[in-house]
Amino acid sequence: MVDVALQSDLVEAYGVAARAKAFNRLRGIDVFFVVLIRAAALAVLVILGGVIISLIDGSLPALRAFGFNFLVGERWNPVTDRFGALAPIYGTLVTSFIAMLIAVPVGLLIAVFLTELCPMWLRRPIGIAIELLAGIPSIIYGIWGLFVFAPFLQETLQPSLIAVFGNIPVLSALFAGPPYGIGILTAGLILAIMVLPFVTSISRDVFDAVPTVLKEAAYGIGCTTWEVVRSVVLPYARLGVIGGVMLGLGRALGETMAVTFVIGNAHRVSSSLLAPGTTISATIANEFTEAVGDLYSSSLIALGLILFVITFIVLAIARYMLLRLERRIA
Amino acid sequence: MKLFHSLMAAGFIAAAASGPALAIDISGAGATFPYPIYAKWADAYKKETGNGLNYQSIGSGGGIKQIKAKTVTFGASDAPLLGKELDESGLIQFPMVMGGIVPVVNIEGMKSGDLVIDGPTLAKIFLGEIKTWNDPAIAKLNPSAKLPSQSIAVVHRSDGSGTTYNFAYYLAEVSPDWKWKVGFNTSVEWPVGIGAKGNEGVANNVAQTKGSIGYVEYAYAKQNKLTYTKMVNKAGKTVEPTSATFQAAAANANWDSAPGYGVILANQPGVESWPMTAATWILMYKKPQDPAAAAEALKFFAWSYENGAKMAEELDYIAMPKNVVDSVKKTWAGEVKDASGKPLYAMAR
Repeated sequence: MVDVALQSDLVEAYGVAARAKAFNRLRGIDVFFVVLIRAAALAVLVILGGVIISLIDGSLPALRAFGFNFLVGERWNPVTDRFGALAPIYGTLVTSFIAMLIAVPVGLLIAVFLTELCPMWLRRPIGIAIELLAGIPSIIYGIWGLFVFAPFLQETLQPSLIAVFGNIPVLSALFAGPPYGIGILTAGLILAIMVLPFVTSISRDVFDAVPTVLKEAAYGIGCTTWEVVRSVVLPYARLGVIGGVMLGLGRALGETMAVTFVIGNAHRVSSSLLAPGTTISATIANEFTEAVGDLYSSSLIALGLILFVITFIVLAIARYMLLRLERRIA
Repeated sequence: MKLFHSLMAAGFIAAAASGPALAIDISGAGATFPYPIYAKWADAYKKETGNGLNYQSIGSGGGIKQIKAKTVTFGASDAPLLGKELDESGLIQFPMVMGGIVPVVNIEGMKSGDLVIDGPTLAKIFLGEIKTWNDPAIAKLNPSAKLPSQSIAVVHRSDGSGTTYNFAYYLAEVSPDWKWKVGFNTSVEWPVGIGAKGNEGVANNVAQTKGSIGYVEYAYAKQNKLTYTKMVNKAGKTVEPTSATFQAAAANANWDSAPGYGVILANQPGVESWPMTAATWILMYKKPQDPAAAAEALKFFAWSYENGAKMAEELDYIAMPKNVVDSVKKTWAGEVKDASGKPLYAMAR
């Protein structure tokens, strides 16, 4: 017995020390873990801050030289070192607008079909097809746009647009020839295809989040499918849809390669949608490698800064909308 | 595990064995236009000497930036630096190889060489003043051709490039209007037309767009089977783009007239001369940071001058004439020195 008691004392004493040691070790790991994840989180802010600072620093020479005129000047002349960003800003906004004009209604219709009307066996194939559309690299869209889509537009859609709207006052300016095949409209259409999966898949998810009780109640009082979608599903999912649209818009604004291939890369603001134009990211991609001279490079960096600000605003709005939606669901 | 270890050991031995051959790697960066021929020369040079070339074709502007930042042994540019800039940064410049720029068109029924164009007319087309193919100015140069009433779609480079520099320089030479309104640089403010990225982009767009006109390196026109035009040169003669007419332009050029051989070969005299011939240049430091690497680079360039003409021809480039090569070698021997003032080129030999 004595032996046993002695032993158990020993074990206990040893156990306390071991436990303290184990706790200390665990605490050490814990502290290390907390520091590590904080550092990871901070790294994002540091990188973002670094990007902003270097963009501002890089664009200072251009902004100092041209001031506010940089934003409203149309001329982009590397020979005389006079730069204005109006044409790329205009091209970026117009192509994105065309893309959203097409992608939003089509994307919403697909989402409604998938959540409300589609037979079960067809849901997965269509859903997967849409996700595949999102996975195609943008260079593929660009090459397809240049070799297949642009010649098709040049021979079919564009001549008929010119012919149909030729005598209508405002529209004739909007669709003035000649049909190059590539141009602002083509870039907008390609962007629409690229943005479509974003709008569709987010809308589908938020439509799925609409409580079945609400929909069944509406059907119960005799609503048609159209009435349920219009008066129950859409109002309920409104903010989520807007969030998805904004994310798509973010992609459209920054898309580079596909647009560079089909927009025509001309630094001009033209009233015609068939005319070639340029976007901010296309200009940077095209000209940065051979930009000789400080003012030229600086102007391109300033373009980057403008795009950063535009995208930041769009994404901030999207985040805000989604946040409000999440609160409401909770 | 044992197998893994012996594999590792074998790998180390292999790495050690191939070590000496990899020891010398010449690094350079710059122009995209000469990249195919530099790569071909480098390949043949490596087979012969074991020394490789690491050339990044990031564009002339990038090449100038890199050599100034001293991250590479040589920079390459399609647009020559001015004498003042060379002196300020302590660089020498010499031409390495030449090529031709040709106008390419896409007109129904027209074959290569069917259409004749002169400089002022070309400038007017690219200024947007001549809008249709049956314009009197074009008709006058092609009395027997059937010209459509189609509107002209101008295609130009959207990225900065030495090709654009040389093309715009030529238009500025022959057209005061172009000089005054547009000027010349690696990229310019185009009055009309659509932009396409790279020689291949212009080639594709011209091939796709009916009624279009563009300009590309001769090799691209040939490889893509595009319809090129004949040109009226400075002597008033109509010439076709061939290696003979490119060479004639180079032979007639006065290479000593500009510092660093910075002669633009556009609009050279001579009845045989193709009016849009272009050279591409190498930039190196007179007192390089790493003399051994610079000596190796000079060795490679000397080898390419001597053995590269045939390979250049295969890729539709034009080798530098002998008198220019001799003069360049004199420049190397006289100006490129290590810290103690010993010439690196003589050392290399």
